[in-house]
Amino acid sequence: MKVYFDNNATTPLHPEVKKELIEAMGMFGNPSSMHAWGREARANVEDARSRVAGFIGAHDDEIVFVGSGSEANNTVLSLFVCASNQCIPGTKMRSSIITTKIEHPCVLETSECLAHRGARVKYLNVDRYGKVDLDQLAGMLGDDVGLVSVMMANNEIGTLQDIATISKMVHECGALMHTDAVQAVGKIPVDVAALGVDFLTISAHKIYGPKGVGALYVKKGIPYCPFIRGGHQERGRRAGTENTLGILGLGKAVEMRQLEMEAEEKRLASMKAILKKGIEERIDDIYFNGHPTDSLSGTLNVSFPGAEGEAILLYLDLEGIAVSTGSACASGSLDPSHVLLATGVDAERAHGSIRISLGRESTMQEVEYMLDILPKTIKRIRDMSTAYIKGGTHAASR
Amino acid sequence: MLQAGEWAYTEKLKEHFMSPKNIMQGENTDEFDGVGMEGNLQCGDQMMVVIKVDRDTEVITDCQWKTYGCASAIASTSILSEMVKGKTLDQAFHISPKEVAQELGGLPDNKIHCSVLGDKALRAAINNYYVRNGMDDKVKQEQAKTICQCMSITDHDIEEAVLKGARTYFELQEHTKLGTVCGQCKDEAEVLLEKFKHIHFGA
Repeated sequence: MKVYFDNNATTPLHPEVKKELIEAMGMFGNPSSMHAWGREARANVEDARSRVAGFIGAHDDEIVFVGSGSEANNTVLSLFVCASNQCIPGTKMRSSIITTKIEHPCVLETSECLAHRGARVKYLNVDRYGKVDLDQLAGMLGDDVGLVSVMMANNEIGTLQDIATISKMVHECGALMHTDAVQAVGKIPVDVAALGVDFLTISAHKIYGPKGVGALYVKKGIPYCPFIRGGHQERGRRAGTENTLGILGLGKAVEMRQLEMEAEEKRLASMKAILKKGIEERIDDIYFNGHPTDSLSGTLNVSFPGAEGEAILLYLDLEGIAVSTGSACASGSLDPSHVLLATGVDAERAHGSIRISLGRESTMQEVEYMLDILPKTIKRIRDMSTAYIKGGTHAASR
Repeated sequence: MLQAGEWAYTEKLKEHFMSPKNIMQGENTDEFDGVGMEGNLQCGDQMMVVIKVDRDTEVITDCQWKTYGCASAIASTSILSEMVKGKTLDQAFHISPKEVAQELGGLPDNKIHCSVLGDKALRAAINNYYVRNGMDDKVKQEQAKTICQCMSITDHDIEEAVLKGARTYFELQEHTKLGTVCGQCKDEAEVLLEKFKHIHFGA
């Protein structure tokens, strides 16, 4: 049996998106051209823009299509370190950025780079469930802060943040608010007005759209400067000929989410509950990471002390099951997941964690197969583990 | 369109990962003549090697192990446990991580670190045998030598940094903070850097 439980990494194309893309494959015009070929491409790009805007309660001209969620996040953060006095009126004196310790690397590494270039970057702590410390945020906010960037849903543990409350605090101090909503849009309701954000990041391939395309919401009137320059595309906000097919795919993906999201997410939540209960019943000495309720409905992160993550991942791969891990060994670095460490999980639990992320193609049969294979896999690894020998850390618990 | 490629590992490694040889059954180490343990769970890998030794010939007759570790840790210790059987203690002591990697058909650079623990644990088990049998004089110490006095960085730290990816003096400094105060150890550190790059990566 082949089981794909890694939907937070990426998702298969929705069949309707695939159909639409195949039909559109012959569309090659440049949306900037005035002739019929160009106008065809333009019409489809603008149609997709309306769909994306409508899905998050934005105006069409507040949507900028980009090459990825990472590009969108780089774009927003980079606005706040500019040597020019002209570029970002009103925010040019505010070069401090606040973000969190559990962001995606595209935010964390960009922040580090900006710090080298003179920005002051502060990182918010999270509690053991991955929720941002709002008291700490209140203490950090001040006249110097230009931007606060907090992810809406965490990719590793699924924890959701209260973006509306954070936005309110941020605006009270006169700073701007960005949320990386790559894992949230299309999984939970997202309305930019209700959230009160100034910038919001979307990616297509997390919601059954194609790879290599995303969108950045930029609230009307907010200072902006392109990250990729040298073209008038996207109203001068992102140079480069549009990825027309990708944009079309994103538009269709969003349309399908609008139709299916509510029922689909309920289905994922009930499958996750069964998975969680099954793991609890069949495997000793486990820990679930992330928030028990305020979390993405398809994301389950669990630690198996005494078993190393990469070994779990690869033994499951041999059985046809795909998951991901917060283990260092699988990522090439030697440090385990920064997200799990930020929630206070000790290094051993972080090394022995896997992320199971369900999606619209996941079935109950697959959950049952997982519940059959996973306990055997963990037993096999623990049986060869030093953690369970006499005097070992977990010897007593067996 | 291409099909899914192979793992980042060789077939040989995959074989040993899928059916590891000589895993110690149960929890009792009493029946063995030497026990060695290296690493710790917090760092993400820990290794235990146990050996049985023919007292007259000092030949290793059995070698078993347990590990908390990734695929390369599992596979490299599995193959090591095969390699040492029939070897004398002295021969086994001198098996290098590079020979283990070669036996596996190679390891990705960032995984060499995971395979070093196995032979460290083996050497610890051999030393443990000597101590148990009153042959303390034979115990081979791997005494660390302090290279950077200011930051108290040893040759072992330099080796570890190389295994974690340091290839230049600058990267070595990033990993260890070596030579960041007075800088007098630079020449000696650079020599060791080259030495460990050569030992582990043939560079």
